[in-house]
Amino acid sequence: MKIHEYQAKELFRKYQIPVPNGKPAFTVEEALSVAKGLSDKGPWVVKAQIHAGGRGKGGGVKVAKTMEEVKTYSQDILGMNLVTVQTGPEGKTVKRLLIEDGAQIAKEYYVAITLDRAVSKLCIMVSPEGGMDIEHVAATTPDRIYKEWVHPTVGLRDFQARNLAFKMGFTGNAFKQCQDILKKLVKLYLENDCTLAEVNPLIQSKDGNLCALDAKLDLDENGLFRHPSFQELRDLNEEDPSETAAKKFDLSYIALDGNIGCMVNGAGLAMATMDIIKLEGGNPANFLDVGGGATEEKVKEAFKIILQDSKVKAILVNIFGGIMKCDVIAKGIMGAARELKLSVPLVVRLEGTNVEMGKKLLEESGLKIITATGMKEAAQKAVAAVEAH
Amino acid sequence: MAIYVDKNTRLIVQGITGQAGAFHTKACKDYGTNVVGGVTPGKGGENFEGIPVFNSVADAVLKTKANATMIYVPAPFAADAILEAADAGIETIICITEGIPPLDMVGVKQYLKTSKSVLIGPNCPGVITPGQCKIGIMPGYIHKPGKVGVVSRSGTLTYEAVHQLTQRGIGQSTCVGIGGDPVQGESFLEVLKKFNEDPQTEAVIMIGEIGGTAEETAAEWIKGHMKKPVVGFIGGQTAPPGKRMGHAGAIISGGSGKAADKIAALEKAGVHISLSPASLGETMEKALKAK
Repeated sequence: MKIHEYQAKELFRKYQIPVPNGKPAFTVEEALSVAKGLSDKGPWVVKAQIHAGGRGKGGGVKVAKTMEEVKTYSQDILGMNLVTVQTGPEGKTVKRLLIEDGAQIAKEYYVAITLDRAVSKLCIMVSPEGGMDIEHVAATTPDRIYKEWVHPTVGLRDFQARNLAFKMGFTGNAFKQCQDILKKLVKLYLENDCTLAEVNPLIQSKDGNLCALDAKLDLDENGLFRHPSFQELRDLNEEDPSETAAKKFDLSYIALDGNIGCMVNGAGLAMATMDIIKLEGGNPANFLDVGGGATEEKVKEAFKIILQDSKVKAILVNIFGGIMKCDVIAKGIMGAARELKLSVPLVVRLEGTNVEMGKKLLEESGLKIITATGMKEAAQKAVAAVEAH
Repeated sequence: MAIYVDKNTRLIVQGITGQAGAFHTKACKDYGTNVVGGVTPGKGGENFEGIPVFNSVADAVLKTKANATMIYVPAPFAADAILEAADAGIETIICITEGIPPLDMVGVKQYLKTSKSVLIGPNCPGVITPGQCKIGIMPGYIHKPGKVGVVSRSGTLTYEAVHQLTQRGIGQSTCVGIGGDPVQGESFLEVLKKFNEDPQTEAVIMIGEIGGTAEETAAEWIKGHMKKPVVGFIGGQTAPPGKRMGHAGAIISGGSGKAADKIAALEKAGVHISLSPASLGETMEKALKAK
């Protein structure tokens, strides 16, 4: 689960990781009142709050020298369609701002923590080349990124924090501050079930102190049961409405650009179904895993979600019924197709327990259902159905 | 011979009285698996379908000499269930539970390094040695005893592969679902090593997917060590980057984990790649003939 920068910074404050003074604002008036409560003479920073990076380059971050500018920039950014490298070309509408005190930046650094699945430890990465696109640094000067691996039950050791602070080039008080920040960030990561923590940039200001100018935290959905209050951090405006609807019914749905809607049981088979559609010359409209227990209700909801996408010109159902019986699944599909008055061609491939009974039910249903044996035939029939449509 | 489980496996089920646990315990027993006990804290002394239920894994091991466990404990408590099984000295721990926080699993994984237990999963369909022992949620009847080993990160896609093999009359030695989570027990590498040493196994199908670098690591090892033909498929060739495709592990992030990279690494290691998920059986048939 992604959260906003201002929400991440609240958590940073809780762990005493230094961040600029600031508060979120949902209207221009609020933005002005927040700014007035910060430093007297500015500058202030007006930052768009969306769940995507690259906001600065997209015009979503502005430094205001006067209150008048705070007003102008807030007006400009609130409601704008912000397009960044991470939002895709369609962009995202800005509905929240973060108003902060401006910083006197002397130098920018990079810090991130994520899980290194290959060794089952956390990996903490730092670089003295902050502020820039870190992928670019990694690609061009990988020797400028320094890493330490953190044992989950031991945490970040003193010597590791020291090594990283040395590599970042800190001395004196900043050297100590850096180690303190790194340790607190690891603690925050572990205690809050994060999947990513990123500070880009961590800055040293002209007075020598360190401060997290940006903060990005991704939280683990599977760990939310330990943190019930995190539900309040969820911003549904930032999530795809179809994906949110799917989650309600325990379906896993991801919208894609193609025109063949897919309904499959199991994530691996669902991905493989997308792959075979592409191999046969078509384009999947979505990833949809109905899970192991595909009930009639779930199948119906899955159809509804697929059909909300107006690009869909055909639907391919690929079910390998292991524990579930194919005749039961067939009845579910028929019920859903009738109730929803399905108008696009429906290709169904069933395999597994009671497959013959299932197929017979579909063929005798009077519904326009194209049955297929095997994944390949199913994909070919779906592609042909789109072309004939 | 087979790997991990066979007719000598003595299985207990952690979470035997839960809905899924009860259903699949029965299915495993019906298949012929020797289910010797179950564990549900607080229900010790009861029995389920004639199977004695114990309060702890240690109790169950003491009374039944169990050497394998199948875990259906809900996600918030599943990591603890794995540790309990390891502490009781269970050799093979198969965890079906989906949705365990990766940070819990990171701790479990480090802990298991100090024990002799082997973990398969979590979030996996389980392990089956056809005709001998089924531990997990896979439909037993699609399998056929034979000489091809199957190792996979996916559930239903494994059934698809097994079905294609059985339809062509090719049986399986053992099918191992290693699960789709980012932090898991046995990886491709460990399972391949076991298949390599298993006299019954003559060839292996490996089904990977986007995310992580486990397939690349396996490819590196296959190149120098694997004595048997390997057929490979990578799911998610068309997945967009940065999206989580149902399996927590199947996310392409930070430039690694792409299907193309995995396919290239496997091809370089001499693996017979099946680009289409529908051609797994056919590709294996050819690989066996060319042997």
